Formats: sequence, structure tokens, C-alpha cells
Amino acid sequence: MTTATANTRNMTPPPEPPPTAAIRTENLRKTYKSSRGDVEAVRGIDLDIPQGEFFGLLGPNGAGKSTTIGMLTTLVHPTGGRAWVAGHDVTRKPVAVKRRIGVVTQNNTLDMQLTVAENLEFRSRFFGLSKAVAAKRAAQLIDAFGLGDRKNAMADQLSGGQARRLMIARALVHQPDVLFLDEPTAGLDPQTRVNLWDILQVLHAEGQTILLTTHYMEEAEALCDRIAVVDHGKILAEGSLDDLLADAGAETIVTVRYEEPVPDGLAELAELADRPGVTKVEADGDQLRVFSGDPEGLLGDLMNIGAANGLHVRDATQAKPSLETAFLALTGREYRE
Amino acid sequence: MAITTQPAGIGAASGDGAQVASSIARLITDAPVPQPTLLKTFGAMMAREFRVLGRNAPSTFIRAVMQPLLFAFVFAYVLPKIGSGFGTAGAGAAASGLTFSTILVPGLMGSMFLMQGMFGTTMPLVMEFSWQRTIEDRALAPVPIRVLAIQKITAGAIQAFIGAAIVFPVVYFVHAPGQGPHIDVTSWFLLAAVMVFSSTLTASMGLWLGTVVDPRKMQMVFAVVLLPLTMLGCVYYPWSALHVIRWLQILVLINPMVYMTEGLRAALTPSIGHMPLWAIMLALVGGTAVFGYLGVRTFRNRVVN
Repeated sequence: MTTATANTRNMTPPPEPPPTAAIRTENLRKTYKSSRGDVEAVRGIDLDIPQGEFFGLLGPNGAGKSTTIGMLTTLVHPTGGRAWVAGHDVTRKPVAVKRRIGVVTQNNTLDMQLTVAENLEFRSRFFGLSKAVAAKRAAQLIDAFGLGDRKNAMADQLSGGQARRLMIARALVHQPDVLFLDEPTAGLDPQTRVNLWDILQVLHAEGQTILLTTHYMEEAEALCDRIAVVDHGKILAEGSLDDLLADAGAETIVTVRYEEPVPDGLAELAELADRPGVTKVEADGDQLRVFSGDPEGLLGDLMNIGAANGLHVRDATQAKPSLETAFLALTGREYRE
Repeated sequence: MAITTQPAGIGAASGDGAQVASSIARLITDAPVPQPTLLKTFGAMMAREFRVLGRNAPSTFIRAVMQPLLFAFVFAYVLPKIGSGFGTAGAGAAASGLTFSTILVPGLMGSMFLMQGMFGTTMPLVMEFSWQRTIEDRALAPVPIRVLAIQKITAGAIQAFIGAAIVFPVVYFVHAPGQGPHIDVTSWFLLAAVMVFSSTLTASMGLWLGTVVDPRKMQMVFAVVLLPLTMLGCVYYPWSALHVIRWLQILVLINPMVYMTEGLRAALTPSIGHMPLWAIMLALVGGTAVFGYLGVRTFRNRVVN
């Protein structure tokens, strides 16, 4: 009910997005009402994804990624903001949107009462292909996705990797303008995951627009042109991997953990912060953390500082620049998968 | 429909990988252009239902035939043979010298509508809304969600119709000598109308129940809903015979099944008294509209949250 009022109250509708944008959102929000208080799953997300881009929403579980995908694929009603997919408003023209998108949900939504081939054939027919064309399209997909020897198996007899491949094949039957993949490799073994990455990279090379959510940093790093780091329903940073690393000042992070809590206001730390290349020095509980483009010798210095102040080293790590260090720099939190 | 065609060709790959890559690439460069219409999508969804029904035909058939078979066997064969005669149970029948099977045919059909229509609609829904939410597959088809709901009602109604029609041959063949039903179809049109709207009514009720009830409580709902509806649905006695228990006769008017069994009595066994036709049709058509509306609404709220 609140959705309707929120939308109709929008007195001056924003201009239609340029037709080139595959996905565009403006301050997209979703609040779930519940008796134990409202849950703000998505708190104002702005996206502008051009056609042909491989875009990643990266964030820990519960960050609001699936809710965002749900809104973009018309299955979740936004409680605020607007969204267009393939040029159509998701709340006002859901059928037009559904015609132009392929969706691979996180859960296995294959039709368990049908065979592999039938899953593809009927999905093709749902999208208006004739019986004969649907059968041809299904055969083509089965061949491309290496499901030939399973084509007459019931969908519930597939392994996790096979099921995931079939779901991607099924999402492609009608050549969607945008392909949505919600955690496509969650729960798959490493080999299967890499195989899926290969498939997605070929699709991308052919110009397929893809929006992928993942909580695996290396997946976003390996696949995406651009990445939005999401947590608690908001985008924390957005850009290419290089941009993100640069923006976050994500240099190498040297961390030393001591047996004792680090006392406040150590004089040596201020000295350390003035050193060339060092951008940030943090004392956090029992840890000292230094962000630097030139980590040479920092580890030894941190140990010496500890020793000079009566601290005993428990362990020490040196993390190279990566999305993980970027996330840490952005949020001040360790990335939780 | 804006379908952009991308240039073909995937450069550097070689060997097996290249083959896979090029066949994946062809999925995009060599794709049919979909032209979905509401009718095509609806038709394809119905075709999917029939494929599944056909595959499960043996179990569907057994489920549909067991109840009428056992009922007919016990009530039209065993009990007449034993000689209890049911003169007391079927008061209306005894008075007019009818066999109990004559009363039972409409009653049995009514209970089949309920069983098949609700099972055929509710049980698949419960599965589709369970933790994997396979309903999302169909919900992404290019039609409004309410069309999907109406498709569910249609599929359930067809199952209910077939389930009820099975009663005819069963009761015709399974009875003691002289205990066969006296069926006298006054109007095929009336019979068709009653059967069609009984089917849509039970399927609509099934859709509504399947979307409002917590799946874990479904067993309880069947006990609380299905059983009383059947037992107090004028299956074993015509509604007019209830006049001796006036409060019950009025109370059962809230039971949709009463109108199905009475409608069938009007169409099949007019020799037994039945309630006025206008009341019957009003309840069947109006009930379909009301439960259909409620069911489609709750269905949509469950699919899109």
C-alpha cells in the first residue's frame, strides 16, 4: 500500500533515462515492514549501467544485493525511488521489463516436474516461440551448455553445477537485453565455478549486458567491468577495480596484532604517519594497522614500536592491494563473506 | 521489441574451449526473436500443466478413482447386500423409493470437485511457495502476475472437472444388482454449467487457501476445511432432507459444496428435490468470482513482496 502512495506522490516524474542505459536506478529503496520493526534492506541505491557492461554488486550476505535484484526483476516492489531496466519502469511496466530480462535466481527454481530439455522448451514457449522453434532453441542451449547427456533427466536429478548451467541456459532462451545473476556460483566447487566464469566471459564478449551479485571478491575481480561495493543497503564505492583500489587508497595494509591492547597516543605512530607513502595509521584494540603504497620495512617498524612499548606480537599480516583491502579501507570492517 | 544483434566471432580461443566458446557465442548471435503474447504464454503454461499431468497420469488417475470406487463399493454394493438398506440414512431416498446410489452420484461428484480442485491447485502452490520458491520461474514469464494466477485456477479446474467426471463410469459399474443410480439428464447445458462452475469454484478456493495458509499448517487446514465441507456438503443426503434439522439446514448454506451437490442433483437426478436453480448458480458463479478475486490478490502479494 505504501508503495503505491510513494509512487503516485512523485509529482514531477524524472526524465526518462537515455535509451542506452540497460539499468538505471534513482534512490531505489526497499523497507520491509514487520511487527518487530521495519527492516531497511535497500537504502537509496543509484545505478547507471550502460548496455554491454558486466557490472558486479559486491557485498556480504544480507547487504541488500538480492533485494536490489528482486526490484530490478519486478519480483520485489520498491518502497521508494525508481528503476528502469531496458528503458522500462520496473513498477509501471513490469511485463515489458520481464520480456527483456533473463534471471538466474540464487535458489534453484528449475521446474522439477520437467526434464532438462522441457525446462528450456517450455520457457521458450512462455516467451512466445513456437513449439518447433522452442525445440530447436532448447537443443542449441543444451549443446552450448554441455548438458547433452542429461537432456532427458528430470531437473531434480542434476548436480549443483549442472542445475546452475541449466538455469543460465534457461535465462538466455529469449535473448534477454539484460542478464541478472544472483550469486551464480555460491555453493559450487572451484572447478565448476571457473567453468561458469568462462561461460559468462564469452557471453560478455558477445555484448551481453550482465548484472551479477556476489559475495566472492575474486569473482567480482575476475569478471566485472565495474563493481559497486554494497553493505547495509547502500553503495559504498563504485567503479572499475582500479578506480576502487585507488579511491579507497587501498595500498598494502600491514597489520600487527599484539597480546596486549595498544595504548592511546603512541608518539611513534605520528612519526610513522609522516613517512612517505603512508596514508593512514590506525590503532584498533590490540592491532596496529598501516596503509601504505611503500610497505618496505613497515612490518619491522611496527614490531619495534610494540617492543618499545612493552607489547608482545601475536601475529602479523601484510595484505596486498585488493578488493578486500579496499573494503576494509572503505568500511573499517573486515570483509565477512 | 529491441533485440540488438552483436557481431559474431570470438578471437583468440583455441581447441575444445574455442568450440564451447563459439557455441555459447552463437546463442547470442544466432537467436530466434521472441514474440510473446498473452495468449501464447497462457497456452504454453497450460501445455506445461498437461505435460506434467500426462507424466503423472497413473498416480493422478489412482488418486482420482480411489475415492469414488470405494464409496460406490461400500454404499452401493456392500451395504445393500448386508441389507441395512439405508432406509434410515437416506431419508429422502427411502421416501421416494430411490436407490442410495442415485443420491450418492451428485454427492460423490461434489466431493470429487472439492478434492481434485483443491488438491490440484493448493498442493502445487504449497510446493512452489516453499523455500526454493520455484514460483519465481513462472512469475518471470512475460505476463502480469494475475494471469499466472488465473492460469493456476484454470489448470486446477480442469483437474476437478476430470476428477468429477470419473464418478459416472465408476458408479455405473460398481453397485449391487438393482442398486444402480437412476440418472436422468434433463438438460446437458445445465449439467455442463454446474460442472464448469463447480470446477472453477473449487480451484479458486484452492488458490486462495494455497496462498493464505502457512504451508506447515496445510495438514491442519485439510482437516478443518476439507473434512467438514465434505461431511456437511449434502453428499449423503439431499439438502431438502435436512428440513428436519432446521438449524443445520440453514448453517450448511455457508458451505460452497452444498451448491455443487444440489446443482448436480438438479441436473442429474431431478426426481430428488433440490434447491432453486437461481440460488445454485448464484452461489457457484458468485463464489468463483469472490474466491477468484481473493485468490488472485493474495497470490500476487505472495509472488511480489
